Amino acid sequence: MTETTYSATIAATLAEAMRADGRVVVFGEDVALGGPYLTTKGLAEEFGTERVVNTPISEAAICGVAIGAAQSGLRPVVEIMFIDFIDLAMDQLVNGAAKAHFMSGGQLAVPMVLRTQGGAGQRAAAQHSQSLESWLTHVPGLKVVMPSSAREVAALLPTALADPNPVVVVESKTLYFRRETLPDGGVVPEPLGRARVLRQGGDVTIVATSRMVHEALEAAAELEGAGIQAEVIDPRTLVPLDLPTIAASVARTGRLVVAHEAVRQGGFGAEIVAQVQEACFWDLDAPIARVGAPFTPVPLSPVLEDAYLPGAAEILDGVRSVLR
Amino acid sequence: MGTDADGAGALDASIARRLLVTMWRIRAFEERLEPLKRSSMVHGLTHLSIGQEGVAAGVCTQLADDETVYSNHRADGHALAKGVDMGRLLAELMGRSGGCCRGLGGSMHVVDVSHGFLGATGVVGGNLPFAVGSAFAGRLLGRGGVVVVFFGDGAAQAGIFAETLNLASLWEVPVVFVCENNGFAEFTPRSAHTRVERVSDLAAPFHVAAATLDGNDVAEVYRVFQGVLGEARAGRGPFLLECLTERLSGHYVGDPGGYRAALEDEAWRARDPIQRLVRQAAARGWFDEEASHAAEAAAREEVEAAVAFASASPFPDPALPAELTYAG
Ligand SMILES: Cc1ncc(C[n+]2csc(CCOP(=O)(O)OP(=O)(O)O)c2C)c(N)n1
Ligand SMILES: [Mg+2]
Repeated sequence: MTETTYSATIAATLAEAMRADGRVVVFGEDVALGGPYLTTKGLAEEFGTERVVNTPISEAAICGVAIGAAQSGLRPVVEIMFIDFIDLAMDQLVNGAAKAHFMSGGQLAVPMVLRTQGGAGQRAAAQHSQSLESWLTHVPGLKVVMPSSAREVAALLPTALADPNPVVVVESKTLYFRRETLPDGGVVPEPLGRARVLRQGGDVTIVATSRMVHEALEAAAELEGAGIQAEVIDPRTLVPLDLPTIAASVARTGRLVVAHEAVRQGGFGAEIVAQVQEACFWDLDAPIARVGAPFTPVPLSPVLEDAYLPGAAEILDGVRSVLR
Repeated sequence: MGTDADGAGALDASIARRLLVTMWRIRAFEERLEPLKRSSMVHGLTHLSIGQEGVAAGVCTQLADDETVYSNHRADGHALAKGVDMGRLLAELMGRSGGCCRGLGGSMHVVDVSHGFLGATGVVGGNLPFAVGSAFAGRLLGRGGVVVVFFGDGAAQAGIFAETLNLASLWEVPVVFVCENNGFAEFTPRSAHTRVERVSDLAAPFHVAAATLDGNDVAEVYRVFQGVLGEARAGRGPFLLECLTERLSGHYVGDPGGYRAALEDEAWRARDPIQRLVRQAAARGWFDEEASHAAEAAAREEVEAAVAFASASPFPDPALPAELTYAG
């Protein structure tokens, strides 16, 4: 077993991809210096600043450069330091990257990975704490991955890097330095679009993403003490979504709680709920519960941010409501 | 802009003929597009470049298939001049399966990878950075390669223009930014959008070499671009060429008009890039007006063949959109 972190696993996975394929290049602000979360640490030293390119604060152009580079044979990785700034690159991503293959009748491909991170809990306030992944899931042509652990980074980032489509990898700033042990032989890359059942149980299904996966596991442990067996599923990729795994679980448990850190309204949980009820409405024994943040910007004050952040307690409330 | 003091010295008879043919092909194609659009055979916003053909011809006829062009919403001329097949282009504009993008893109999204035409864009300024990325890729892969990106004067006021120019300069990529300054963005004159009269004035702060030239003088466009192209082929860049030009028709087919004074026939004849080339060629004994009529007739014939090809092409299979939303 090797002890590592989410952040170190990102750097190691990128380094491995860059060693194996000279077409992989990294663009972003301060990436040649490792970045604020050390996710590109060591890359410039090994691969040089021709391939690990520090860019000015030009999110739109960085993303556009990556698109052009991808259309001309490279496999760029772009880092947008905070998902809060992805809106600056949204035209490039949505009108450029996502549609090029389609609009060209299949002639062009944009094999790029856009890495970014979201999440609150670090007193970073409303412009550095958001969870905006549902914006991205609404755009045909993009794939959206949300690794919840170093293990999932190791399983999914190599696949994202090999994908012929633009893939957005939404990391979590609160997970970057969480300690984790990975098997010695490494983790075998896995296809996008497969959920992972992290814990089996027959009484209730909890579908959770990113940081909320850990909150769901904590809630499940507590429920076990009360004799309730929760099944915890991490979809891992929002687009494509592994509905069959989720629906099969709901068909057995009859009860579903969907949990994410993003604002509930318009969050990706709403999409999961809609798809589940289309697939197995008649298997449901209770209305589906949705756990997420309230419909306000993220507040700075610690007292307010703690109250804002959904966690295990809110998931337990959700479970209680579906078990009623 | 109306004088014939020109750059024809850079041409010879065969280059002049090629430019003439290219310009006539664009003009004949677009003159035919207008009725096709009005009768709903052609779909989507149709932005004609009649009057601006000298820029497309002067630039694209000098590029090889493996040299890359990105274009904007007014793209037909660039595409034809870069070698895109006229029949497949028209089929695309008509939403047919025989279109170069299988009917999924249309006029503002024309792509033909086999001719290095990596694409038009419907987002003003949206693909400017693609050109920088493409040139960056060519350099890193050891393949080199010049990239040209066409844009309008309106795009110069978009933030992405400044971001892109800065990166292009910082990385010294062999990109040629070709601005077609027709003085208007949609219905609004440039003076109402900015105090910067010349787009080329925006290049100096970024240390990008730039020139402003008469875009209605195809020989001049050819000459200036030839010099820049030589530099870019040697890996140097970026460059910005601002070609002053005029679009003769509306912003798009069916635009409400009335926002600018109509050009007198006489004034137009003086500025028309085709007529100017004919005068230059006659003065040098390369070809006469007869030859121009013959080139026009051949172009109109090619257009009719394109109309026949495109009209016979079936509409795409309903399964196509789902098939092509993702690659692989
Ligand atoms: C980002 C964006 N904003 C607005 C439009 C609508 N629009 C289409 S063309 C155009 C004017 C563009 O002017 P210019 O770049 O000078 O090109 P021209 O049409 O004169 O060739 C506008 C505003 C658009 N397509 N994209
Ligand atoms: Mg204009």
